[in-house]
Amino acid sequence: MGVFIFQRVFAALLVIFSVSLLVFLLIHWIPGDPVEVMLGESAKVSDREALRQALGLHLPVWDQGVRYFGALFQGDIGQSLYYHRPVSDLLWERLPATFLLAFAGIVVALCIAIPAGILAAVHQGSGIDRGAMGFSLLGVSMPNFWLGPLLILVFSVQLGWFPVSGYEASGSLVLPALTLGTAMAAVLSRMLRASLLEVLHEDFIRSARAKGLSSFRVILRHALPNAALPVLTLLGLQLGVLLGGAVITETVFSWPGVGQLMIDAIRQRDYPVVQGCILLISSITVLVNMLTDMAYGWLDPRIRHA
Amino acid sequence: MLSGRFAVFIVVLWMSMALLASTWDLSPNVINLPKMFAAPEWSSLLGYDDLGRPLMDRLLIGARVSFWVSLWVISLSMSIGVLLGAFAAYAGGLADQVLVRIIDVFLAFPGILLAIALAAVLGPGVENIVFALSVVGWVGFARLSRAQVLSLKRRDHVLAARVLGASRWRIITRHLLLLSVAPFIVEATFGVAAVIVSEAGLSFLGLGVQPPDASWGSMIRDGARYMLVAPHMVLAPGLALALVVLALNLLGDRLRDYLDVKHS
Repeated sequence: MGVFIFQRVFAALLVIFSVSLLVFLLIHWIPGDPVEVMLGESAKVSDREALRQALGLHLPVWDQGVRYFGALFQGDIGQSLYYHRPVSDLLWERLPATFLLAFAGIVVALCIAIPAGILAAVHQGSGIDRGAMGFSLLGVSMPNFWLGPLLILVFSVQLGWFPVSGYEASGSLVLPALTLGTAMAAVLSRMLRASLLEVLHEDFIRSARAKGLSSFRVILRHALPNAALPVLTLLGLQLGVLLGGAVITETVFSWPGVGQLMIDAIRQRDYPVVQGCILLISSITVLVNMLTDMAYGWLDPRIRHA
Repeated sequence: MLSGRFAVFIVVLWMSMALLASTWDLSPNVINLPKMFAAPEWSSLLGYDDLGRPLMDRLLIGARVSFWVSLWVISLSMSIGVLLGAFAAYAGGLADQVLVRIIDVFLAFPGILLAIALAAVLGPGVENIVFALSVVGWVGFARLSRAQVLSLKRRDHVLAARVLGASRWRIITRHLLLLSVAPFIVEATFGVAAVIVSEAGLSFLGLGVQPPDASWGSMIRDGARYMLVAPHMVLAPGLALALVVLALNLLGDRLRDYLDVKHS
């Protein structure tokens, strides 16, 4: 088990390093001069040069890279060019909102996916099954930047139940969470259905039925735990998709999270912040994937020893 | 309603809209302020937007953008991904391991995040979207083609071809990839749907097609701003987008069942 954990952690660190290298190189291709954006076109040449020196932008790319990674290993991811504050402070401020939204999105997804997946599998081939899978296909096909405005139109504008956007008002979490959770619910319910259908044909399910257990108990206690493993993996893998989707959802609802920070930073050419946001989101994704891998190995010993 | 015939109808409608849009006399960017937010009428079946531009014309141009972007992205990412995956898997050893590592790094990234980063770096514009989405898209094809070649390369007919002195290129293209056409068709169908959503998403964020040109994504963004006064502005492009993506996903599902492709 120790070797297994070590391998996974090392692989994850390697991926995070490659991602940050890739991002660093990408960001330095940005056409356009951040100094000009910050000071405006009318700034004096001497002022521009001074700022360039202060930010280290006059150095060759590889030199900036060495400095960047040197600082990165000490936990310093740079200063925002626009806010004149450490990027890590900005990320810390925004992270709770993104976590809250992601968590609420997962809760929404599970609340829809588990009943839908079970109903579809138990009533395979019936109208319920077709309805649930049709809904799932619809959920996958609705981009969140359209579903969001649509929900606002119905629940905020017409019914007035929830606020249109923002973070402070009570109930402001509901619509962003629904927007973010629907696509994930669609993917998870399909997986749960497929996984349950496989398990339902196993001998132990027949035994459980034969000894007279209620079908409710058979599904919940005997089928569901065995069908949960692939769904759990998918949940871990989907978290990256969820966080990517959160970037758009946060923009739709003016939700003050990391995604909105990134989009604003792109507009302001504040590339240390863009870098920090991408690094943060992809690191979280990699870590969650690693934990999913480990949980899988822990729950199913066959994986560990393979 | 969710039948295969419905899906084919929507996809064919989308393609013909995209192709015919070039031949029709459209005025998607003509500003006509007296018509601001005007309701539908005979000359413009979907009404007008915040600058009095006809929404139907803009919708058609949006269809054209989504069609060409997805055609280019899928052609590029499929040819690169399939060939890379196939050669790495056939050669095995170091080449294969390097490819697997690269694929791992790309998969660690949420795809849309990489596309956003690339689009931000390259600046807005249709060519840059095509590039950004191809960089994201080849990975799926590479993984699929690697898996296909790995499962086929020990077959007897491949050995026979090698004994007969066929070149590596010929073995890979004629004896391995030709047998894997079905899964690639399915993957490409889902791929087109994903590219359409991504293009619209990037344009929604202001990183894709730039004003005054129309894209379904930028139309949704403009519409969301005027939702209270003119809900038709956000409903029309969104409905078009969701219908086409739904139809393509449905088609992919049906094709997978029909062609009996096992893995996704």
